[in-house]
Amino acid sequence: MKLTEENVRYVAGLANLTLSEQEIHQYTEDLSGILTHMEKLNELDTSNVEPMTQVLFADEENGSLREDIEHTPLSNEVALANAPVSGAGYFKVPKVIER
Amino acid sequence: MNIAKLTIPEVQDGLRRKQFTAVELTTEALRFAQAENPKTNAYLTFSDERALAAAARVDAKLAAGEQIGSLGGVPIAVKDVIVTKDVKTTCASKILSNYIPPYDATAVERLEAAGGIILGKANCDEFAMGSSNENSAFGPVRNPVALDRVPGGSSGGSAAVVAQGTAVVSLGSDTGGSIRQPASFCGCVGVTPTYGRVSRYGLVAFASSLDHIGPFSRTVADSATLLGAIAGRDERDATSARHPVPDYAALLGDSVKGLKLGLPKEYFAGLAPETGDRIMAGVEILKQLGCEVTEVSLPHTEYAIATYYIICTAEVSANLSRFDGARYGVRSSKSDTLSDMYKNSRGEGFGTEVKRRIMLGSYVLSHGYYDAFYLKAQKVRNLLTQDFTKAFEQVDALITPVSPFPAFKIGEKVNDPIQMYLSDIYTITGDLAGIPCMSVPCGTTPDGLPVGMQILTKHFAEDVMFRLAHQYEKAGGFTA
Repeated sequence: MKLTEENVRYVAGLANLTLSEQEIHQYTEDLSGILTHMEKLNELDTSNVEPMTQVLFADEENGSLREDIEHTPLSNEVALANAPVSGAGYFKVPKVIER
Repeated sequence: MNIAKLTIPEVQDGLRRKQFTAVELTTEALRFAQAENPKTNAYLTFSDERALAAAARVDAKLAAGEQIGSLGGVPIAVKDVIVTKDVKTTCASKILSNYIPPYDATAVERLEAAGGIILGKANCDEFAMGSSNENSAFGPVRNPVALDRVPGGSSGGSAAVVAQGTAVVSLGSDTGGSIRQPASFCGCVGVTPTYGRVSRYGLVAFASSLDHIGPFSRTVADSATLLGAIAGRDERDATSARHPVPDYAALLGDSVKGLKLGLPKEYFAGLAPETGDRIMAGVEILKQLGCEVTEVSLPHTEYAIATYYIICTAEVSANLSRFDGARYGVRSSKSDTLSDMYKNSRGEGFGTEVKRRIMLGSYVLSHGYYDAFYLKAQKVRNLLTQDFTKAFEQVDALITPVSPFPAFKIGEKVNDPIQMYLSDIYTITGDLAGIPCMSVPCGTTPDGLPVGMQILTKHFAEDVMFRLAHQYEKAGGFTA
């Protein structure tokens, strides 16, 4: 499967990634090669196979549900401690709406 | 006492006999690890303060005549994708280079509750994506056995500290072989338990349907002890299993006589003799221990790489969307608009391999390609899992190589992502099926590079796996 640089720019937009021209060029080549290898799966007829989304084990019904018990969450101050910019108890980001 | 070769029973023996206190041992372990670290770059961060506080708690318990726990006083390294409260956790990424977690992973909490001493955080491939530890934003790890070679990845630092002797045991994570492959490259024991056996709460998510936490050690018994301490249901991880946790270490001596072992023929076709000969020599030892060996087939093996890299990259693209420059991590200085903040923080903060996987995952999930790639891969994952189910109707365990080749030179494969991905062929299948699997040392190549033998068993049959590995290790004499 051969991708174009246009395809790669589009996907970079979906993924919210700024890529350099050099990266666009490199990933166009890399992804084309990898996707070609992945087309190998088309050799298999899977029309009667269920997709497997998770490793599942036998468990009692609702076995993974927990008791609804109160826990103290992280405090506002602790939760904001790693924020690049914060203020007034909030994460601060660039202005989204023009006044 | 040779600090570089200590085992868990030796640590606990020394403490009980008052040969050293936990604080003395920790102080010496930190000094030794910090002096030796420049050789390999295996540690990214040392947590002296936390380690000494934990050691003082162990000494207080000893003084009071209380139990010190199964890991009491044991120096441990933790892979830097597992969060540690107040100790920097970078995932070996620029984007998290300043991240100080406000909480502990469950596995970290449990190993400290069992008396373990966390010396520091182990280097790895960025966000655990890689097979050589060359994708760390903070420089590659060098293999302690051969310093010009890679230690394997992604848990390269966790394997290297154990092989180098700068920790007694360590925690790593495995999504496609990231524990077993570095264990084999560095000549130590590495264990990927059953999916859900160890809580992933606090493991920075890479591919959630495939991620595992597991131990590294110099002896099989030490991995059994470490897994026993961290395994079990955790309400903070809904995928953690409720199955009871056996006392793995206590079961190691049970006989392996009469166990049926399968050699999957697909894992030996075309295998180079430098690896294949060592595995077959290991199989001979298992036969001498009374195991019966037969050939089995896992017919869909050749489809595993494509299946794995579709599923894992799809999950990567979703999981890594949380790194956006807003709440934690590094924000780009070019953040004039919200959209610029997202795109530039991610573009600047992530390394080449992480971006490659986000791109691949976004592509296979994008409109028009979801069915052709992602859904197809999920169906083939089912077929790969059924291969194992059928094999385990005939045998108790499977024996295979861990890697098609021993540790390669730093820089040798870094520019060829497909070659790098193909090196995971023998390890990714265990992750896709969610079964327990481990690497145990089985000697060296003619060039002196370690080779690992893989043992795989049914879901939750870690006890059988450990027993085989332990008795093989005793009979073969291949401790690190």
